[in-house]
Amino acid sequence: MSTSETIAVAMSGGVDSSTVAAMLKSEGYNLVGLTLQLWNQRRLAGRPGMPETTEGRCCSLDDVYDARRVAGHLDIPYYVVNQQDRFEQDVVQPFVREYLSGRTPVPCTLCNNHLKFAQLLDMARQIGADRIATGHYARNEYDPTRGRWILKRPVDTSKDQTYFLFGLTQEQLSRTLFPLGTYRKPDVRTIAAEQGLALAQKPDSQEICFIPGGDYKVFLDAYLADRGESIPDTSGELVTTSGEVVGRHSGIHNFTVGQRKGLGLGSSDVAAASPLYVLGINGADRQVVVGSGEELMLKSLQANRLNWISISHLEGELRVQVKIRHRHEPAWATLSMSAPDEVTAIFDQPQRAVTPGQAAVFYDGDEVIGGGWIL
Amino acid sequence: MRRVYMDANATTPLLPEVFEAMRPYYTERFGNASSVHSFGQQARGAVEQARSCVATFLHCRPAEIVFTSGGTEGDNLALFGATKPGDHLITTSIEHHAVIHAAERLAQCGREVTFLPVSAEGVVDPDDVRRAIQPNTRLISVMMANNETGAIQPVEEIGAIAAETGVQFHTDAVQAAGKLPLDVAKIGCHLLSISGHKIHAPQGVGVLFVRKDTKIEPLFYGGTHERQRRAGTENLPGIVGLGKAAELARKGVEEGVPEKLAALRDRMEQEILACVGEAGAHSRHVRRVWNTTNLWFDHLEGEALVISLDLKGLAVSGGSACASGASEPSHVLTAMRIAPARAHASLRFSLSKLSTEEDVDFAIEMVPKAVAKLRELSPYYAGRLPVASVS
Repeated sequence: MSTSETIAVAMSGGVDSSTVAAMLKSEGYNLVGLTLQLWNQRRLAGRPGMPETTEGRCCSLDDVYDARRVAGHLDIPYYVVNQQDRFEQDVVQPFVREYLSGRTPVPCTLCNNHLKFAQLLDMARQIGADRIATGHYARNEYDPTRGRWILKRPVDTSKDQTYFLFGLTQEQLSRTLFPLGTYRKPDVRTIAAEQGLALAQKPDSQEICFIPGGDYKVFLDAYLADRGESIPDTSGELVTTSGEVVGRHSGIHNFTVGQRKGLGLGSSDVAAASPLYVLGINGADRQVVVGSGEELMLKSLQANRLNWISISHLEGELRVQVKIRHRHEPAWATLSMSAPDEVTAIFDQPQRAVTPGQAAVFYDGDEVIGGGWIL
Repeated sequence: MRRVYMDANATTPLLPEVFEAMRPYYTERFGNASSVHSFGQQARGAVEQARSCVATFLHCRPAEIVFTSGGTEGDNLALFGATKPGDHLITTSIEHHAVIHAAERLAQCGREVTFLPVSAEGVVDPDDVRRAIQPNTRLISVMMANNETGAIQPVEEIGAIAAETGVQFHTDAVQAAGKLPLDVAKIGCHLLSISGHKIHAPQGVGVLFVRKDTKIEPLFYGGTHERQRRAGTENLPGIVGLGKAAELARKGVEEGVPEKLAALRDRMEQEILACVGEAGAHSRHVRRVWNTTNLWFDHLEGEALVISLDLKGLAVSGGSACASGASEPSHVLTAMRIAPARAHASLRFSLSKLSTEEDVDFAIEMVPKAVAKLRELSPYYAGRLPVASVS
């Protein structure tokens, strides 16, 4: 079989996107491999707490070499596209701002919205490829009865990445292939090995790509220092829900909702009664609100900056399952508009640690209805 | 698919004559030039023969030639070798990274470094060089021709200033070799680096000219090769290839290859710019080496244009490549105060003596088409006047 359509494959140098390239190549597509160079891992290397070396990180040279080798093996043209300025502006700076204002951001979603499915699609079209293919675990199909592109959870639910993809527009979905949506990860590794890809057993990447070691506090320090800035003083009071001051904290960016450790209340009377958790962060007053595990359970959430996928807009009430962070078992809720571009979800069962800054993604079984950002 | 190579400032293919000259030195004439026996003597003879050819090419004495691994080593050997802590070094903001990054390292190692600005056309002002000289100035390093724009720098004037003030002068002539006559006495330089693979010799070999009585500290310690200026067994086939390539380059310059290339380059530049609006050539109003044109096309991304052209078979370059191969904003265009959007939309076309009229016709056909297509897709271009129609 052969087809003359040109598809741009987003190649990260990992096993998933490499296997996508191999699969499409054997299906006869004309392929162009593209890697987005998003972040210079050497930029902060050697600053306090940051690793000296940058091996095995996303956007590291090793990954680019791996991707280049795969492209060579498959005999497809391959290019690295510099998007470092865009990534810093659209992902890293919002990430820093969110933490400094007491919220807990999801950089991977911002990256998907602004880089992978915006810049990459744009570059693909410019070089003559109308569609892109990525190694995300998700399914994507057109439903003629609804006249919409539908994003669905993958067959391998343990690798489900739809939480990070809720921001895709209909136009972006119509131009994107997710060939791995119907495969399980072990099968992908088998296919990679069968295709002769040397990286078939390369470990999965886990952490946020620009934060080696996963310690975002160290990153905030190093990033701001690199820009000649320092972390603003956001220290303040620890207060209970009734407004009682029970201690002080070192800065709101050190806390996230649901956090128990690091409150510095180990010996106090308040802590002795029952364990305390962060319930919320009041950025304007630099207050961290603490309380019991029970108080951490919330009956509802609000989200804004919405994007709808399987529906064009929300009318009345809709029964949905809501996922409030990547590793969260979706919870039943009733969804309705509470303001223009804002929804309220009322849970059937209270949910633990609803965290401002995270995404709320609404599902109907396997289908992604849409999502928004938790207020 | 037809493929046309227009990136000679990055590298050039070996000429068949060069390859033939090198061939025996990989196999039967494999000796180590330092050995006493006949194999060594044969190798030594070949190295010295190549040294003579290069000396003729540069108009210097054979003893003033130091073989290196390429342009980068030559530049580093000159800068590190000719300065000591406490010394002042003057260079420019448009040098190749081999000079700029070496100079930045020297600044961390106790040297004082001045980076001179350039004009909007990418040329250094010799008066700026003169004004920058201070009592501890030891070395001036200014390239002969810029790799990105082709702009020729006033090296003879700078050489005169160096002679007058007793400061040593290094010039990176990597992009001038084979394109301009090279005469170290006329330039007035103490140190001059060239690279083999820019003149159809292999990659991995180069030369640093070191004027007699100019003392340099070696970068490497080991044997007494190259009069103790560069330890390490000589790259015999590479050196033989460079000797042959230097001989051919000298003949080419004498026989008018540069004029032929200039005509090709000028035709390509004119015809592309005539078809494409809102475009131009950097450094067009100053003397340029005859093979290079750096064109800007407003309202598009240079990266997309480089990729589009490559997919159609035309190999050109945009910006300078970083470690990953992604293109970075050009420090040369930035130093010329070109706005970032235009710097990002700039492409370098560089011809070699193997370039043909047909190659240029191909570029004249492909580039305006690709530019028009990208501008059609560009949100920045929407609503503007259409570009001149292209058949």
